[in-house]
Amino acid sequence: MTEWLNVILQGVLIGGLYAMFAAGLSLIFGVMRLVNIAHGDLIVLAAYVALMVTQTLGLDPLTSLLLVVPAMAIIGYALQRLLLNRTLGDDLLPPLLVTFGLSIIIQNGLLELFTADSRKLQAGAVETMTYQIGPGIWLGLLPLIQFVVAVAVIAALQVLFYRTSLGRAFRATSDDPSVAQLMGLDTRHVFAMAMALSLAVVAIAGVFLAVRSNFDPAIGPARLIFGFEAVIIGGLGSMWGTLAGGVILGVSQAIGAQIDPGWQLLAGHIVFLVILAVRPQGLFPKVSG
Amino acid sequence: MRDAPLLQVDAIDVFYGDFQALFGVSLTVERGQVVAVIGANGAGKSTLLRAIAGLMQPRRGGIHFNGAAIDNAPAFAVVKRGIALVPEGRRLFPSLSVEENLRIGGQSARPGPWTLPRIYKLFPVLSERRHLPATALSGGQQQMCAIGRALMSNPDLLLCDEISLGLAPIIVRDIYAQLPAIVGDGMSLVIVEQDIAQALKAAAQVYCLQEGRIALQGAAHDLTRDAISAAYFGV
Amino acid sequence: MSEQGRNRVEHATRSSRIGVGIIGIVLLVLVLAPFWGDRQMLRLLAELSTFVALASLWNLLAGYAGLVSVGQQAFVGLGGYLLFAMVILGGVHPIAAIFIAGPIAAAVSIPVAALTFRLRGAYFAIGTWVVAEVFRLLASQVSVLGGGSGISLPAAAVIAMAPTRQAREFEIYWLALALTVLVLAAIVTLLRSRHGLALTAIRDNELAAQSNGIGVTRVKLIVYVLTAFGTAMIGALIFLMKLRISPDTAFSVNDWTAFVIFITVIGGIGRIEGPIIGTIIFFLMRQTLSDLGSLYLLIMGAVAIVVMLWAPKGLWGLIADRYGWQALPLQRHLVFDDARRAGDT
Repeated sequence: MTEWLNVILQGVLIGGLYAMFAAGLSLIFGVMRLVNIAHGDLIVLAAYVALMVTQTLGLDPLTSLLLVVPAMAIIGYALQRLLLNRTLGDDLLPPLLVTFGLSIIIQNGLLELFTADSRKLQAGAVETMTYQIGPGIWLGLLPLIQFVVAVAVIAALQVLFYRTSLGRAFRATSDDPSVAQLMGLDTRHVFAMAMALSLAVVAIAGVFLAVRSNFDPAIGPARLIFGFEAVIIGGLGSMWGTLAGGVILGVSQAIGAQIDPGWQLLAGHIVFLVILAVRPQGLFPKVSG
Repeated sequence: MRDAPLLQVDAIDVFYGDFQALFGVSLTVERGQVVAVIGANGAGKSTLLRAIAGLMQPRRGGIHFNGAAIDNAPAFAVVKRGIALVPEGRRLFPSLSVEENLRIGGQSARPGPWTLPRIYKLFPVLSERRHLPATALSGGQQQMCAIGRALMSNPDLLLCDEISLGLAPIIVRDIYAQLPAIVGDGMSLVIVEQDIAQALKAAAQVYCLQEGRIALQGAAHDLTRDAISAAYFGV
Repeated sequence: MSEQGRNRVEHATRSSRIGVGIIGIVLLVLVLAPFWGDRQMLRLLAELSTFVALASLWNLLAGYAGLVSVGQQAFVGLGGYLLFAMVILGGVHPIAAIFIAGPIAAAVSIPVAALTFRLRGAYFAIGTWVVAEVFRLLASQVSVLGGGSGISLPAAAVIAMAPTRQAREFEIYWLALALTVLVLAAIVTLLRSRHGLALTAIRDNELAAQSNGIGVTRVKLIVYVLTAFGTAMIGALIFLMKLRISPDTAFSVNDWTAFVIFITVIGGIGRIEGPIIGTIIFFLMRQTLSDLGSLYLLIMGAVAIVVMLWAPKGLWGLIADRYGWQALPLQRHLVFDDARRAGDT
């Protein structure tokens, strides 16, 4: 019994990480209907940026966020302004294929620079600290920090979206880009800000991913799929739904892995497909307006 | 500079792809003047406003506003220079509340008399419903919100596209009754209307578009009903 | 179309008549390849023709039906595994297994479509990818087929195909060529049929097609199932050529989707000639750049992006627009019987 409680608890905590994968994906889809196939590879890119920052400056991974987050945000802004804005339009093929090409470029660029060797960020004592929160139930400090950060990120995005003028601009541009221009909003800039924000979240997710487990240049696509599954399970357009989707995915994988290590990923995919079959709008869809 | 017209549209040709919608259209708006553009469906009235507002770029011809060329400026830059458009069909942002729709109109942060309280004074019903989503408003209230949203940018020139469309006559009368309060500060106004009587009453100068060309222009009180219907219907 | 009823609809143009002539000659040269090419040449040509087939099928799916899938490796791998399962577990002749794999994959694709068609646009793309991942993970659970590490085709089954190695190689080469011609012919036939007209209408404007009474979802489903059919057959053939299969090679997104997409985009999406031109360019690039290792893939990605942004119709699109060529008689032309003649385009 306690064994299962531990498994579920681990699943919930990893679900926070999946929610962060998903939040950035969901954000740009919400603002500009762009599905970024390179999203997972950008998470891995952030992990490598953090690796370089920690190695050259001797910072610990969590402090490195102070540099990695702005760096990724700038990359996001530039990427949108120079490349992705050109792909937006009625045709869905260009954004899809261009981000697909980008995914291949990032993967092979990282392979060229860092080889296929597995890496990991060392966070020191934080990694091994655990608390006993009940008889036989253990909680690691690092997974806990990661989950709290995930909740904070989702909450911050929620506030930004509904309480700030930038969020207002995001929603207006999403509703009607040409009328948004009449309000003095340069939609190219608004889209670039959305991508910058998306990659800021990606940076946080990438650093936690890199502290939590080994990473190499090829693991991006699987992170994209986890994020995507969390978005669809939670329901499109709902930030808190995305958190719920991430947690459901994390718990499913943890339970699957407990039954048979080969079933970890399969269990997650199957829960996703079952939800797609019985409730295609997701569990907590945004009330359409 | 005082004597130069506020807006000078000079022989513009506008295209949708290969389809030409405007042929050498010229139009002048003086400071503080109300100008009406009338014409049948598809005559090019909305296209003319969209070109002025920067949503479309003319292929030939020029547009000058306050002495500066704006015919290549994108819409978000045009609004910062002081032209606001109330688009056809109101086009409020459904994800935004009434107040957010008004506030986003003030995004360009031009100084001037129009503030949120003043909009609410002009259209008190918007104040009562400020926290509702824009989609919860009635048609007439949505039109007020769309006008208020445009005013929030404190424009020198307000472009109104078919503000009476789909509204009950009594509501149209109410909205037009507010026009003097709006232009009182020296703002200029271009209204596009299908309702000729309403347009003639409100405007000093009238342009009639027919199949993308100016068919008739003149001071509102000089134009005869026959001349207008000839220009309007091309008979 | 005409009041007199004398005007006709024709497919052929002068360039397409020349095109068909050239294709005939090229085909003849290819059929005779075992007599002029060495073993390496045959292998290359066989591989090239499987990519032409895969890219043409993806082009039908994405370029005509608007179903942008990044999960077609699901059906390549399924075809491969079906062949290995039939040969190893059922003792089926490998060539027969190829033709059985097609209908089985088509049947599997129906429930897959029922799920993935619930996702719109780009989300459909990632949904198909998830399905391919599920297939990959399931394949690695099947221990009789080698589980995660894969399995080789038993020597006895290979020898049963033909007594000598050379005869086997000829056989597989002609099989690859024949299957590719079959796939291309099927696509051309489909596009020239009533469904083809519907597909063109969907490609040009889905909403307008719908309002003109075209059952868009039904047509898309038909294309999806047919594509799965063909893709699985080609997949079975590919792994018969490789003689070894594993979950990672069978369901590789890079090999069976990324390359195929790049080929189609570079050659020209939404045109039957595109994948052929694209495959030739892809193989030329591969032969010249493969020494660069991962940089070569990076260049491929960059070329695909550049083509997508600045020449979205691909290389064939550039040529076709410039000269009004079409190599295969696909477009319909109204021919007026009086003095006026429809132009070549």
